[in-house]
Amino acid sequence: MKFTIKILAFLMLGLSTLSTYGQQVSKPVRGTFALTNATIETITNGSVQGTLVIENGNISAIGPNVAIPPDAKVVDCSGLFVYPGLIDGGTQLGLVEVSSVSLTADANEIGDIKPEMQALTAVNPNATAIPVTRVEGVTTTLVAPVGGTIPGTASLINLVGYTPDQMFAGFKGVVVNYPSAGRRGRRDRRTDEERKKQEEKQLKKLNDLWDNLSLYHKLDSAAKAGSGEDLDYNPKMEALLPVIRGEMPILLEVNQASAIESAIKWVGEKKVKAIFTGVAEGWRVADKIAAANIPVVTGPVFSMPTRTSDRYDTPYANAGKMHKAGVKVAIRSNDTENVRNLPYNAGFAAAYGMGKEAALKAVTIVPAEIFGVADRLGSLEKGKSATLFVTDGDPFETKTHVKHLFIDGWNVPLDSRHIRLYNEFLERSPGLEK
Amino acid sequence: MKKIINSILFTCVALSLFGQLDKGDILIKNGTVITITNGVLEETDVLIQNGKITRIGKNLRTPSGTKEVDATGMHVMPGIIDAHSHIAIDAVNEATNPVTAEVFTGDAINPLDISIYRALAGGVTSSHAMHGSANAIGGQCETIKHHYGSYNPEDLRMVGAPRTIKFALGENPMRVHGEGRGIQPRTRMGVEQVFRKAFSEAKVYMKAWEKYNNEKNTNPKASAPEYSYRLQTLADILTGDVIIHCHSYRADEILMLMNVCKDFGIKRLCFQHVNEGFKVAPELAEFGATASVFADWWAYKFEVYYSTAYNASILTRNGVVTSINSDSGELIRHLYHEAGKTQRYGDLSDNEALSLITINPAKQLGVEDRIGSLEVGKDGDVAIFKGHPLSVYAIPQMTIVDGIVRFDINMDPADVRMDVNPEEDLPAFFLEVKEYDNCMQGVHHQHLFFHRH
Repeated sequence: MKFTIKILAFLMLGLSTLSTYGQQVSKPVRGTFALTNATIETITNGSVQGTLVIENGNISAIGPNVAIPPDAKVVDCSGLFVYPGLIDGGTQLGLVEVSSVSLTADANEIGDIKPEMQALTAVNPNATAIPVTRVEGVTTTLVAPVGGTIPGTASLINLVGYTPDQMFAGFKGVVVNYPSAGRRGRRDRRTDEERKKQEEKQLKKLNDLWDNLSLYHKLDSAAKAGSGEDLDYNPKMEALLPVIRGEMPILLEVNQASAIESAIKWVGEKKVKAIFTGVAEGWRVADKIAAANIPVVTGPVFSMPTRTSDRYDTPYANAGKMHKAGVKVAIRSNDTENVRNLPYNAGFAAAYGMGKEAALKAVTIVPAEIFGVADRLGSLEKGKSATLFVTDGDPFETKTHVKHLFIDGWNVPLDSRHIRLYNEFLERSPGLEK
Repeated sequence: MKKIINSILFTCVALSLFGQLDKGDILIKNGTVITITNGVLEETDVLIQNGKITRIGKNLRTPSGTKEVDATGMHVMPGIIDAHSHIAIDAVNEATNPVTAEVFTGDAINPLDISIYRALAGGVTSSHAMHGSANAIGGQCETIKHHYGSYNPEDLRMVGAPRTIKFALGENPMRVHGEGRGIQPRTRMGVEQVFRKAFSEAKVYMKAWEKYNNEKNTNPKASAPEYSYRLQTLADILTGDVIIHCHSYRADEILMLMNVCKDFGIKRLCFQHVNEGFKVAPELAEFGATASVFADWWAYKFEVYYSTAYNASILTRNGVVTSINSDSGELIRHLYHEAGKTQRYGDLSDNEALSLITINPAKQLGVEDRIGSLEVGKDGDVAIFKGHPLSVYAIPQMTIVDGIVRFDINMDPADVRMDVNPEEDLPAFFLEVKEYDNCMQGVHHQHLFFHRH
């Protein structure tokens, strides 16, 4: 009898597992919503007390006295705050499921120059980390490949949708790791000379590539104009054509002060549209970055000083120092599973010199502008995408909780594996009894 | 030449700034004193004399010659304690055998490690300098105090702290020994047998010595067994002299080690990382085992895929003494912020959250009578914050160890290195975005695919 019960229990367990398999979290819903009695932090037009209406995926009205559509679901936001969804300007979210299990890690393809590698292809819309991230208010992330001189092409995605195309948020850029003679870490045992040599070699490689690209561009233009031969299949050059045409920026990862200065010159010479990323030592050369008018996506703020001689707080203060020098600064987490810590990165930058207002902009409107999607994202304005979240306080404070979440007009349930495990195990049943 | 003069000058400045290694006297005036064990006291003074807290109260008189610190508008809390770190040591892993109980991180203390200063700048006054997780039974660990400024490794030891030892379960010992060297353990079954074999051998060893000690005075022919520091250390675990701190992730392996400990009568057990501790919180509480966890790290390896950031809260609510640790020279700089995350993930109260980085790690290291709260008679280890320490905007202002100011934001030179290479123009640039591999430091790369924790 006991045996039969065990078998039954086992079968039931199996069934319950089956019935939940694939259903990671509950479904988002779309519709007309009115967030009433809210403090609406628009970012671009100050703070507004009143109502925000969501219709057809967009914000259709904001103000103290707006008409609530009759079909709207009213969400009372008394005592609550509405913020535009936070934008993380650099992550591997969705590309990597478990980083130590290599076959679940899709961020780093073989090869050194591989601009044809598309992050959007390998984004897993069902990655466990996606709901874990968005329930903390991060709604939009740049997903970037890593490794090599040109790791591939990054994409901006919204964290809702079942296909990469549904998630695509309108920006792509080619990632380029600018050559640097810096040590990659404590385990980098190359001598100063070896590193310098390698830097020169890599820079030559990059310059040669650009020479080839200019030539390819000319031949391609001629072919398209009907005055030249059709070109052989060359996916690398094809992927770089939008860059040389000035239609797509490069995301130039550069961190060491001397490399930043060199990269400023390089960008000027090549007349390429560039966004600097990383920029850990930006504070050393902030005026030069500002003068070159190159926007920056910096972070993580939670990182070590790059030199043993540096003040302990240089990584905290870096974003603020660049901002004060006049650089357009966005903040990234550069994380995979913990992109949810983006607001805390911004909070530390705020505390160490950037100020709350600029730090909030650095994870909303500024990255939206840098990525050319400010017509849809980054602030709460009529006509923009309803990508926003509602909190009971300052979104940078750990004490604050997210109460409601909308991405691209979808009302996304506050559900994730982390929350489900909490609900199941806070008071485990059975507890100690058998 | 200028560099050399500079470095000599700096050394002099450093020495004068940090003062002598005598225990200090200091009066912290008029702060919001977060005692941890006796509530929050507004506008209260804390007097430290000869390195110990001698009085906590309002309007205390300043004894003559005692340095005063005005903490008006500031929060004064016990120095933060990190129950899992690898700073201030030059060696982490003796990855040559599944059992290396004889080695000791205390033999590799590096007082010049800049990470100590950076930890102080985050209010951290003590840390548990741990062996790595390559071996099922790793090395013994040292509990240190952050006396940055001293060149003497001895000054960092927390004299009187109980001995501790690092154990490790799961992927790391399996990868290093099973996959890397083709010897047990390759599975979690093998890991269990490493412990059972080691403790059984230790029991035989103890018996042999007991027999010898009993008869050596009466039997002139009695000969002493061969001394083994490895077996002696294991014996010291069995007698309760050494606290086990075990790297662990999965619920099943956590239960396994508790069963092994029950069978061998071992009671002092702290699980480290313990990402799936929340799944067996009732069993941990019943055993009396404690848990030292990350605030939110997960998914960097398969055995932490089914984690939740609510771990610390679930453990706390189930009565498990829980701490938040860093395991990282980066995270150790903002443990107060890591503790704050338990308010987002599980609504812990301010005092519960701050206990995770003060009195609870003190209990796990067996030093709760010395540090971890502000009480008369305890060590003068204090962190002073502008803003509440659980706020993301909090900024540590001053950190005091044994009554000596070791970090003061108003007297914070740009360059605080103690080992300056006069040949260098500008010290080397290091870019280390993430530090996920500290527990596997010193393990040869061929043993690892990805080597995080």
